[in-house]
Amino acid sequence: MAIERILKDDASEEKGERARMASFVGAIAITDLVKTTLGPKGMDKILQSTGRGQAVTVTNDGATILKSLHIDNPAAKVLIDISKVQDDEVGDGTTSVVVLAGELLREAEKLVAAKIHPMTIISGYRMAAECARNALLQRVVDNKENAEKFKLDLMKIAMTTLSSKILSQDKVHFAQLAVDAVMRLKGSTNLEAIQIIKKPGGSLKDSFLDEGFILDKKIGLGQPKRIENAKILVANTAMDTDKVKIYGARVRVDSMSKVAEIEGAEKEKMREKVQKIIAHGINCFVNRQLIYNFPEELFADAGILAIEHADFDGIERLALVTGGEIASTFDNPESVKLGHCKLIEEIMIGEDKLIHFSGVEMGQACTIVLRGASHHVLDEAERSLHDALCVLSQTVNDTRVVLGGGWPEMVMAKAVDELARQTPGKKSHAIEAFSRALVAIPTIIADNAGLDSADLVAQLRAEHHKEGCNAGIDVISGSVGDMAELGISESFKVKQAVLLSATEAAEMILRVDEIITCAPRKREDRM
Amino acid sequence: MALAFDEYGRPFIILKEQDQKTRLRGIDAQKANISAGKAVARILRTSLGPKGMDKILQSPDGDVTITNDGATILEQMDVDNQIAKLMVELSRSQDYEIGDGTTGVVVMAGALLEQAERLLERGIHPIRIAEGYEMASRIAVEHLEHISQKFDFGTTNIEPLVQTCMTTLSSKIVNRCKRHLAEISVKAVLSVADLERKDVNLDMIKVEGKVGGKLEDTELIYGITVDKDMSHPQMPKQIEDAKIAILTCPFEPPKPKTKHKVDIDTVEKFQTLRLQEQKYFDDMVQKCKDVGATLVICQWGFDDEANHLLMHRNLPAVRWVGGVELELIAIATGGRIVPRFQELTPEKLGRAGLVREKSFGTTKDKMLYIEHCANSRAVTIFIRGGNKMMIEETKRSIHDALCVARNLIRNNSIVYGGGSAEISCSIAVEAAADKYPGVEQYAIRAFADALDSVPMALAENSGLQPIETLSAVKSQQIKENNPHNGIDCNDVGTNDMRQQDVFETLIGKQQQILLATQVVKMILKIDDVISPSDY
Repeated sequence: MAIERILKDDASEEKGERARMASFVGAIAITDLVKTTLGPKGMDKILQSTGRGQAVTVTNDGATILKSLHIDNPAAKVLIDISKVQDDEVGDGTTSVVVLAGELLREAEKLVAAKIHPMTIISGYRMAAECARNALLQRVVDNKENAEKFKLDLMKIAMTTLSSKILSQDKVHFAQLAVDAVMRLKGSTNLEAIQIIKKPGGSLKDSFLDEGFILDKKIGLGQPKRIENAKILVANTAMDTDKVKIYGARVRVDSMSKVAEIEGAEKEKMREKVQKIIAHGINCFVNRQLIYNFPEELFADAGILAIEHADFDGIERLALVTGGEIASTFDNPESVKLGHCKLIEEIMIGEDKLIHFSGVEMGQACTIVLRGASHHVLDEAERSLHDALCVLSQTVNDTRVVLGGGWPEMVMAKAVDELARQTPGKKSHAIEAFSRALVAIPTIIADNAGLDSADLVAQLRAEHHKEGCNAGIDVISGSVGDMAELGISESFKVKQAVLLSATEAAEMILRVDEIITCAPRKREDRM
Repeated sequence: MALAFDEYGRPFIILKEQDQKTRLRGIDAQKANISAGKAVARILRTSLGPKGMDKILQSPDGDVTITNDGATILEQMDVDNQIAKLMVELSRSQDYEIGDGTTGVVVMAGALLEQAERLLERGIHPIRIAEGYEMASRIAVEHLEHISQKFDFGTTNIEPLVQTCMTTLSSKIVNRCKRHLAEISVKAVLSVADLERKDVNLDMIKVEGKVGGKLEDTELIYGITVDKDMSHPQMPKQIEDAKIAILTCPFEPPKPKTKHKVDIDTVEKFQTLRLQEQKYFDDMVQKCKDVGATLVICQWGFDDEANHLLMHRNLPAVRWVGGVELELIAIATGGRIVPRFQELTPEKLGRAGLVREKSFGTTKDKMLYIEHCANSRAVTIFIRGGNKMMIEETKRSIHDALCVARNLIRNNSIVYGGGSAEISCSIAVEAAADKYPGVEQYAIRAFADALDSVPMALAENSGLQPIETLSAVKSQQIKENNPHNGIDCNDVGTNDMRQQDVFETLIGKQQQILLATQVVKMILKIDDVISPSDY
């Protein structure tokens, strides 16, 4: 008797070894894909979108690469997901987390082939991850008390993060930019207050941090181009035709003259509104919505600078920077908080005119203007800078710092090895495998830099046998060096997130023994 | 086949378009059905127990779910076969009724079908098998009652509850911190439970998840979280001793349901309308302010002007809050949902000790926490985890644990896990079988064999020799007359589940046996399958 089909047509089912193989292969393929971008000498990838225009992105950022891939393999999707979460949560280490998870699975594959049950491997990995975290915790440096030193730490972290990116040429410059920007936030992780404006032209070195605020808008015609001691009203209100909001209202007239009257009334209404706004005693008015010509003219008459159509983010930032509140009604001018700044002027960057607010009241926000040869360079620069900013803002909250350059991996590997020796039973194989997966990261960093990884990692391991050693891979000189002296640091939070999410993801994939794929949903042809 | 003849010998058709339908009859139909049922059970068999494996399920849209939960696997499996659909239904009803043991029930049904197949081959009529199963299931359920134990717990002594939840969680991926999660689940259930009426309303427990952080960061919040932020970026982010107005009317001019028109034909009308409009907004905000509200939570949106007025009058507000959340907030804060501004009174305001906005990660994810509510009965379990699939799976696991805790509060009888209850039932059913005269005896014996399949699957998944282990445990149970011996899945070294603290709820187990028997009876009774063939 024929076995009945249980699943729908086109749905597929893979069981046991085959399922495991499928997930291992998928995960390892993804790892191999992003592996070469790891470390300061990592290479970039070109991504071409399938959409119209076939836009091209050149990037080194793991999360960006993985996000743009169309993947069918479910295990690979798990890896992409952890990379995305890493990006959302700490901003950096998106490549490392995938590479570590992939290496863990690669090691697990060997163990499974040697007839060790996946559950045993998982429990071994768990013990190892816990032990690795503790080992790292013991070696963290926390300079929370010492502001000077902490700033130095931040600088080092920024440089380390940037060194693997396109900005590595000017990393000192950009690290300074990033640290300055984050220090201004005073502990908040709200990166929205940092505005990044990209303007093609010039070179990356011409990028600068502006203490004030730059709005990518033009000043209305016939209005002053420069205002000192500006009083700013930030608003979100309709300045076109002020519609009647009561539902169902409509104008019905019986003669032309009435139309004119109503039009007049409408104008009068707008004039009144403008008068009210002017009565706030302001000399600059920024609106989120459009400002029509008529009110604009009124503003110009009153000598007020009116800026229309500033997008929502811009409005919020501006309100944050100048200390004003976003207003929508204007009936009681005395209680609306106005924003202040020393100087508003129109400036030129490249050939675009921008409005520059300087000498703002609240120093929390700032603008970074990126210059570069092409859009691709600018996009990548923005991503890199974003990574750096994320890491820094997270570090400000969690001030623990570890060294970089493969140092944390070696420290963890050493502790995990120690644990493997003390653990009886089959688990010890899994623990050993965990330490091998950790060592794979410095190996890949060295490989990507074209160095003799076997030799370097062996040296590194020997160095780490001494107590309190700071050795890591110095990619620039191609040897083992003292990471503390070289000033290569990473945030503890990033490392911890990498370790934990990678273990979690590997665990998840290991537990699977069956893959059931539903039939793809049929897309109806609209043709 | 489906062709009949009338009294004149002319053929007429009973089934429409019969040549386009496939049809299976008699013993073939039964066998096909049984094999389909078995195939479903086989898929789930490997996820049973603490060493059970997970499945990856890829939906038609390409989304990936990784789970260990029987009900979820079957639901997302895209099943086509009718009998397989019955099995899916079976697991779902266990999920609705009990919440846990969804895998076990399917494995059990599969085993019963397998045994029935053998009996059918011997020529026993399916109805006789079904009757035998029915009797056997009654014996088993009674026996379960007999070996079950009551245990005491109170609001201070939650340990037994936690232990039971841990048994449930240990088969899931979250077993790394099962202790932590079990405690959270039990505390959550206890805080919403009505211990006198022995009733728990699980709707009062909200399970929220957000990616990031680690599983250990999962927390129980005595209050509500809402995935929203303040309507105006400059409103205060933290409010103490909040008095909350819960509104289901928008801060917008009224939109009467009847169709109407407002005609403007003179300048005066235009102006009065304008003033009216302004006054309207002003009134709305003023009303909220008048009753003493310090926070407005609204189901609908705000007009820009209203938003600014709220901000201006220093009245923080949250907009676009979902209906379910709104209800929970109302329950938690003891407020009333107000559908019209006119009906706002100070008594209808909800109270909360602390309302704060919390942001996560590097993206601008913000959540609103409403804590220290007047009525602390509504709680939220807030899950953190490395990735989306992890969170989803944790949510499912927590759901199972919550259900188990609820069942225990309803009925505090437990049986021991690790297959011990099944083995004990199997012995009892086997012994009772001999007392029944007639063909049913065979069916009852087959039932006993089927009961063995659950511990056998447990042993198999734990990497033990299934037959050897099972027979050893069985003989041990009889020898020591101890119904608490089970399979030692975690390699602890003892077979006594009392020492391992592996509990399951009595009703859960009983339900498993009853439901599985029912479905198997239903499948056995089918002798004709008519389905439209593919064309």
